[in-house]
Amino acid sequence: MAGIPHDHYEPKSGGEKWLHSRLPILGLIYDTIMIPTPKNLNWMWIWGIVLTFCLAMQIVTGIILVMHYTPHVDLAFASVEHIMRNVNGGHMLRYLHQNGASLFFVAVYLHIFRGLYYGSYKAPREITWIIGMLIYLLMMATAFMGYVLPWGQMSFWGATVITGLFGAIPFVGDSLQTWLLGGPAVDNATLNRFFSLHYLLPFVIAALVAVHIWAFHTTGNNNPTGVEVRRTSKEDAQKDTLPFWPYFVMKDLFALSLILVIFFAIVGFMPNYLGHPDNYIEANPLVTPSHIVPEWYFLPFYAILRAFTADVWVVMFANWITGGLIDAKFFGVLAMFGAIAVMALAPWLDTSRVRSGRYRPMFKWWFALLCVDFVVLAWVGAMPAEEPYATISLIASAYWFAYFLVILPLLGVIEKPQAAPATIEDDFKAHYGASSGAPAE
Amino acid sequence: MFKKIAIAAVAALTLSGGVAMAAGAEGHVENVDFSFQGPFGSFDQNQLQRGLQVYTEVCAACHGLRYVPLRTLADEGGPHLPEDQVRAYAAQFEIFDAELDDFRPRVETDPFPMSNLENAPDLSLMAKARAGFSGPYGTGINQLFKGMGGPEYIYSLLLGYTGEEKTEAGVTLYENTAFPGGWIAMAPPLYEDQLEFADGHNNSMEAVAEDVAAFLMWTAEPKMMARKQTGLVAVIFLSVLTVLLYLTNKRIWMPVKRKEKNV
Repeated sequence: MAGIPHDHYEPKSGGEKWLHSRLPILGLIYDTIMIPTPKNLNWMWIWGIVLTFCLAMQIVTGIILVMHYTPHVDLAFASVEHIMRNVNGGHMLRYLHQNGASLFFVAVYLHIFRGLYYGSYKAPREITWIIGMLIYLLMMATAFMGYVLPWGQMSFWGATVITGLFGAIPFVGDSLQTWLLGGPAVDNATLNRFFSLHYLLPFVIAALVAVHIWAFHTTGNNNPTGVEVRRTSKEDAQKDTLPFWPYFVMKDLFALSLILVIFFAIVGFMPNYLGHPDNYIEANPLVTPSHIVPEWYFLPFYAILRAFTADVWVVMFANWITGGLIDAKFFGVLAMFGAIAVMALAPWLDTSRVRSGRYRPMFKWWFALLCVDFVVLAWVGAMPAEEPYATISLIASAYWFAYFLVILPLLGVIEKPQAAPATIEDDFKAHYGASSGAPAE
Repeated sequence: MFKKIAIAAVAALTLSGGVAMAAGAEGHVENVDFSFQGPFGSFDQNQLQRGLQVYTEVCAACHGLRYVPLRTLADEGGPHLPEDQVRAYAAQFEIFDAELDDFRPRVETDPFPMSNLENAPDLSLMAKARAGFSGPYGTGINQLFKGMGGPEYIYSLLLGYTGEEKTEAGVTLYENTAFPGGWIAMAPPLYEDQLEFADGHNNSMEAVAEDVAAFLMWTAEPKMMARKQTGLVAVIFLSVLTVLLYLTNKRIWMPVKRKEKNV
């Protein structure tokens, strides 16, 4: 499947030949796990395995949780308590599933930012990047709907606020919101459809993951130098690569195992640290919590949503030029989805010919600032909408857009990149070459 | 450079995870060293039994524990009452039985009674539904060291009355330093020498508040001991696996890296 020249599967025994001429599934598996992989991949290339593990864990724990959960407004909260108290190992299953979502998002953010730094989104990997962004959007939808299912106060009010965003769309907003909710407000119909979709979407994600892997198995992995594997001959390609099995499987499993040590420490010793106490109060449409906040992984984009209030000049301008069609609320919604859209468009916004940030002296600093920006956005997203947080979130949101819309296009023109090594082999040698001491890994 | 950024980002995100707990006008929550805190902490069986007594004699007048099955009072890692005592305890409360179309005494498989007063919240999950220590700057980092602050909130609330009262729209409100907003509808429930423990344990207001807060932590998280044990076993086994995988990985890569060295 890969474009990199390598040995393909040859059926040997009679049985293998029989199967291969009817269904070449062994060949597919062989080519997938023996794919030539750049041998200089660093530790930021392990998140794919972590993400695959997360998806599998969420599906397995989720399917068992469904066996004991009741999607009805009068029974949902009690059925979660039933899982926590009466189901064998139920408390562990639920905490794994709940914290599994957090691990999933930690991994996906690191995976995305790795791609942003090493230019993994650039040609010819745009399709991989776009599919990845779709997976990320579906993950957010799945996580959001999953958070509604326990039917706690934050479930209910989070659902009310987020579905309310669709109500901000001019003309069709109200009808759209009613259609999404299955009624005028968040109620049993909403809970039931969210439950149905929360069960469905992970399988859509699984299918997209297969396409994501298919796409980058066609282009080959990117690597820290951004230099492509030589495809001139099998011998050249072999100098730049190692087969995925066993070299990268073992490396990834080691990293995964280390991450799981931390994960199980959180699940075992502080499983509610990342959650919100209000969600242990049953949903009550008559009592609004004093402070509605989404889960931590939505906070950066939630901050962008709230940053654009009616007194910001861009909002006033947009309002004036569209004759009042775009008000502050709708502008916020556009900004939030726009923040993800500009990220998805990175392959076409980045004008630099150099792929890896390692050889881009100016880019490095702007990228570091983007990482800080993301953390700042997460912090202000959890804060009440008042000064100084409002100003901070406005500045931080502005930088997010500036990075993708101004800095990335400009840097390609004004920046003088450093020379990248000619081949991956050279980079590997420079790392593990003649120098004495142990490699810094 | 990217490695450093990545590490800093993970650290920052993990720590800022607690930000979700940041709230507006929070009351003052006193830190208490409960026996069940930390990875190795466990519930104190005697304390839970005292807490049950406080709950039954004081809180249960208005509040309920609708999600807690009475049989769990016999659970190991919980109050661990003998089964005949659980049966006797359950029989004090009546429940409406639809099959008999009449009231009957509760049995172990029934839950605790619900709240008697409409505005007295159910206490089953109260110790997880409240938190404290959201600082510094709303990042929730303090919770890593002091715990989530739920039982501490209950403790602080019970002892947080200043003695001030006011009447608003015909409702008497009591000033409380732990309650968000500062004024609570619940009258001060505890006073000195209110009850006596069979084992003669300290019955000062502070001790009683601590006991009932610990009991309510148990009602909110009855599987805490099992959970910590599972966590510990998982951490130990995975640590061993990690070491083995590290050595395997090193071994597999050694020839590749050595070959490059000799070129």
